[in-house]
Amino acid sequence: MSAPTRAAAQEIVRLGDRVLDAIDRLGRFFQLAGHTARSALQPRFPWFEVLVQIESIGARSSTIVLITALFSGMVLALQTGIALTRFGAKPYVGAVVGLSLARELGPVLTALMVGGRVGAGITAEIGAMQVTEQVDAIRSMGADPVQKLVLPRVIAATIALPLLTMLADVIGVLGGLALSWVQFGIDPNFYLQTIDNTVHVEDMLSGIAKTIVFGWLIAMVGCATALETTGGTVGVGRATTRTVVVASIGVLITDFFLTQLMVIL
Amino acid sequence: MSEHAKVSRSEPKASEGHRNGAVIELAGVHKAFGRQPVLRGVDLRINEGETTTILGGSGSGKSVCLKHMIGLLRPDRGRVRILDTDITDLPEHALVETRTAVSMIFQSAALFDSLSVFENVAYPLREHRRWTEEQVAERVAESLAAVGLSGVERKMPAELSGGMRKRVGVARGVALEPRVILYDEPTTGLDPANQRRIGDLIRTLQSELHMTSVVVTHELDLCFAVSDRVALLKDGRIAAQGSADEMRESGDSAVRDFLDGVRDTPDDLQGGNSHA
Repeated sequence: MSAPTRAAAQEIVRLGDRVLDAIDRLGRFFQLAGHTARSALQPRFPWFEVLVQIESIGARSSTIVLITALFSGMVLALQTGIALTRFGAKPYVGAVVGLSLARELGPVLTALMVGGRVGAGITAEIGAMQVTEQVDAIRSMGADPVQKLVLPRVIAATIALPLLTMLADVIGVLGGLALSWVQFGIDPNFYLQTIDNTVHVEDMLSGIAKTIVFGWLIAMVGCATALETTGGTVGVGRATTRTVVVASIGVLITDFFLTQLMVIL
Repeated sequence: MSEHAKVSRSEPKASEGHRNGAVIELAGVHKAFGRQPVLRGVDLRINEGETTTILGGSGSGKSVCLKHMIGLLRPDRGRVRILDTDITDLPEHALVETRTAVSMIFQSAALFDSLSVFENVAYPLREHRRWTEEQVAERVAESLAAVGLSGVERKMPAELSGGMRKRVGVARGVALEPRVILYDEPTTGLDPANQRRIGDLIRTLQSELHMTSVVVTHELDLCFAVSDRVALLKDGRIAAQGSADEMRESGDSAVRDFLDGVRDTPDDLQGGNSHA
């Protein structure tokens, strides 16, 4: 076999290994998801830990979501206002801002921000427990680490993310209102009126529904990556980075398919 | 027969196990991580009421061996029997009963950072006993007293010294009054005073509570201070085993090499593995 052929063959083998590894990871991810769902039906449901995690994931993410939503709403209003001025449709900034936030920007930006903060936090915490044998300690005492660690975080994230998204929608709209008023002189009442006329309940619901899936995905990715952490503190760092990347890409890809699904429905 | 000859190189048969008073039996256990074989056919029997120490160099697979004894790791080949139950193929949820009878004390103590000492020791009690808070508090106090740490209930693990953390780990391990305790490198990283204290503790738990103990270590002082039996793990197999005195006096080359501190290249130099 010639050298180029051999190199090509090795490359194909490497690629094949990577594909198999990805399939393997995906399989383990869904196995963990199944285990998590089953653990909800086991005795000793971790109610208290769920509440603790809702506070940790939800309440403590509100500032970052609030700031992101406020400035995104203002930037959106600014760009939209400039664009609509060219068509003489400047007064309808509110409609565009409201629709964009409710259907896409609110859910996706919230998920990306929370995904970074919460996903990384989950992986760092459980990953550190994994490398310091605390997860093994839970198992060795006859308890289920998935029920103790994964389930509360997954439930908390699926509850917290829709709530945070509603907050983001409201704050984003208010940010847009302030900018439209100051920058373009649009009457706040008219701004709100255009939103009321344009944004329907189903627009809000389609955005909120997506965030339930995003919340599940972020927490599952964080936990799955954490439970496979090896290699001490360096490994925890690597796992945390991986979670942020995978959760963010996962949110964007899932958003596309969910949007398609909602268009069909 | 000379003392040397008493050190056994013959391995127990898989079926002899508990019938001969063994509470734990590993039969032909193989384990590899990726392409790195760690255990290559471990045969070992732990007798009831005895303290057995598994000796071996760093990376020889001692901790891997220990983790098989509580089902934290599953063998690629071979069988693991604990307290009359073959756990080799049991699903995780079926191991709960075994894990209430066998406790493991981890090398790093593995205390839960976010919980106080009290909550750490109470953890297995809350998990497996339907006790009142008073009963839990009483047992936690008893367990901490047994390891000489009364009064630290409210401290967080981060506020404890290394020796104290290990002893809290032991208190958590004995809280459920298990039949078997597995100690993973219990004295590693401790000063001599704390090493002695842990050694005394292991002996006391065996003599007063009649617990079966398995100690994994590479520290000879601890080994000969606490052990009834000693097994030497080398190249992924039990190279020799016998009573503490038999092993100390043994003329077996593998035993002498380890006890006299002769490094066993090239395996050792190649670095063992991170799992061991």
